[in-house]
Amino acid sequence: MTELSQVNAPIYEALRRFRRMRVVPFDVPGHKRGRGNMELTEFLGEDCMNVDVNSMKPLDNLCHPVSVIKDAEMLAAQAFGAANAFFMVGGTTSAVQSMIMYACKEGDKIIMPRNVHRSAINALILTGAVPVYVNPDVNKQLGIALGMSVSQVEQAIRDNPDAKAIMVNNPTYYGICSDLRRITELAHAHGMLVLVDEAHGTHFYFGENFPVTAMAAGADIASVSMHKSGGSLTQSSFLLMGEKVNADYMRQVINLTQTTSASYLLLSSLDISRKRLALSGREIFAKTVEMAEYARSEINDIGGYYAYSRELINGDSIYDFDVSKLSVFTLPVGLAGIEVYDLLRDEYDIQIEFGDIGNILAYISVGDRKRDIERLISAMSEIKRRFGRTGADMLSHEYISPVVTEAPRKAFYADKVSLPLEESAGKVCTEFVMCYPPGIPILAPGELITPEIIEYIKYAKEKGCQMTGTEDINIERLNVLK
Amino acid sequence: MELWFTERHTPNVNFSIKVDHQLYSGNSEFQRIDVFDSKEFGRFLTLDGYMMLTEKDEFIYHEMITHVPMAVHPNPRNILVIGAGDGGVVRELTRYTSVESIDLVEIDELVVEVSKKFLPTTACRLDDERVHIFYEDGVKFIRRCENKYDIIIVDSTDPFGPGEGLFTKEFYGSCFKALREDGIMVNQHESPFYAEDAAAMQRSHKRIVESFPISRVYQAHIPTYPSGHWLFGFASKKYHPVRDYEPTKWSMLGIKTKYYNTQLHAGAFALPNYVEEMLRDVE
Repeated sequence: MTELSQVNAPIYEALRRFRRMRVVPFDVPGHKRGRGNMELTEFLGEDCMNVDVNSMKPLDNLCHPVSVIKDAEMLAAQAFGAANAFFMVGGTTSAVQSMIMYACKEGDKIIMPRNVHRSAINALILTGAVPVYVNPDVNKQLGIALGMSVSQVEQAIRDNPDAKAIMVNNPTYYGICSDLRRITELAHAHGMLVLVDEAHGTHFYFGENFPVTAMAAGADIASVSMHKSGGSLTQSSFLLMGEKVNADYMRQVINLTQTTSASYLLLSSLDISRKRLALSGREIFAKTVEMAEYARSEINDIGGYYAYSRELINGDSIYDFDVSKLSVFTLPVGLAGIEVYDLLRDEYDIQIEFGDIGNILAYISVGDRKRDIERLISAMSEIKRRFGRTGADMLSHEYISPVVTEAPRKAFYADKVSLPLEESAGKVCTEFVMCYPPGIPILAPGELITPEIIEYIKYAKEKGCQMTGTEDINIERLNVLK
Repeated sequence: MELWFTERHTPNVNFSIKVDHQLYSGNSEFQRIDVFDSKEFGRFLTLDGYMMLTEKDEFIYHEMITHVPMAVHPNPRNILVIGAGDGGVVRELTRYTSVESIDLVEIDELVVEVSKKFLPTTACRLDDERVHIFYEDGVKFIRRCENKYDIIIVDSTDPFGPGEGLFTKEFYGSCFKALREDGIMVNQHESPFYAEDAAAMQRSHKRIVESFPISRVYQAHIPTYPSGHWLFGFASKKYHPVRDYEPTKWSMLGIKTKYYNTQLHAGAFALPNYVEEMLRDVE
């Protein structure tokens, strides 16, 4: 057998071999290569249905990989510079949860920034781990939470020498990176694991001149959304591990919650995308950055809008910036980010990634065409001309530091009552409230509800943010501790 | 030997011209460009296999897209043409002595080069000193223009491919901004006949209606375009294409045309009922 290299894609190759064998299916899935569900087959295509198959000897099994999946995971680990890599089919959410469940048992402390994705706090509810929040620095002008400053991490470690792990968001949704190397050194010096939510950083591993990756910085575990900048199918991700992580135990942790019928559509998409990035990631991301830089300079030329970049770098809470992100501050044209987001779609048929109170994020990738970038820029110019306001009463504050009074798990499972939003000030919330995207909680279970937060929730609702997390689907009532 | 050029007008309708010989074939950064000679239509230009113009019927398109706005505007001096690298619109525009400048924005330099070499009928006036050619995406060019032009002529290809952006609301809005307070924009408006073309036509009409206070549609008969029934959009900040039209003034200019005349001008805005209905649906 010849040795495998990055030109191989073992799962993909196995599926192609399997297709040629024309095996008669008396197993699941019951659509039987699509023949049993023609409408779906017409919609998705026969080729797609043909490889929607179950685990079996020639195709290996994600829960216990011994052949092609094992090979594919080995190639992925090589490509990412990790000791081990796992294919994940439950989104980066499941990767984030797995790394926290690996690091922490009930009652263990974990140091993390408060502006984490809800998946991280969900993991705290599942494990019963207790968060030690490092409140991120906030850029007052842009109203966005930044990275973790090293001094705050140091302080958190000093105050909690018994913490088991530190989790870092790198980069944030907006493209902001912390000093990952330094934080990793600090954590390791105190015997703590470093977990990195790298959902938005796949490209760091394959492009040039990007901020440092978790694996290169020596972090222990990283969750990477291959489906974001990496080009694989939605819901497919990688979990990466360094030398010191016990991968076999990690697999057991993952199998606690992961499906036993992993989709081969997702697995093959990870395999093919890893191959593509390993072989031509450098050119792909050079092109992506070129488009993002072009769009940034044109948007800044329109006036009013501020498409920010590396000039924000401050050596600490903005240690580095991901220039492939097109984040734009919109308040100076008198429009909330969410308003620009809605106008782009409703008026100009352009869908961007998200809009929050003060910013929008347009996701740029190699799939973009120059002419579409021109459309985006022109539409933003038109939005300013047609809808721009001056000196509107814009709520400038975005990120509100929470007051944590209970561990998330305790609050989530505690006896609770439902109160109207307006009457909930001073109570402890037992559920999440967040805008999605970006999915960063405004309130998490166990946090104090303040008048400021109520005002923020009402404002975000009024501006049209898509709010999620609460039991009351209309976010008019909140569950609070009895 | 029989050599035929075939364009698919719909999945079920083909349009073919017998080709005498092929003069040019090349790929630019944006598209494939071909020039053929034929007995019936003379020389013709295709982009990505779509018919752009033939020597025999190009006069219809170029006269109708140019003289209608030029005859309505009382004093058109600064003109912007987007697309139109074949030079046909510029040829018609240069016949007006009132015109001081013609900015031509063509995304694909190779189209201009090929036209100059193989299509002298249309490209003949591209060297006029009033003409300034910019090789740029029209969407980008116009973004920076404000209160600058009397007339904008959008000679786009199709609502897919490199010309896609010229059918968008952000583009029409930018045109509005680039025009003076009494400016006029005319655009190639697709055909109302086959379902897919009609849908594109409605979509772009809706976007123009939302961008300009006056928006009318007129028609012409172009044998080599799908169904032969073609529409143009007339969008304006101030002038109505028929009520503000002074036929004698245009006749006095003494411009000799093969298709356009002053009676046809008014008549072209009278549309078949089914077309009126399609337009009303989106207005």
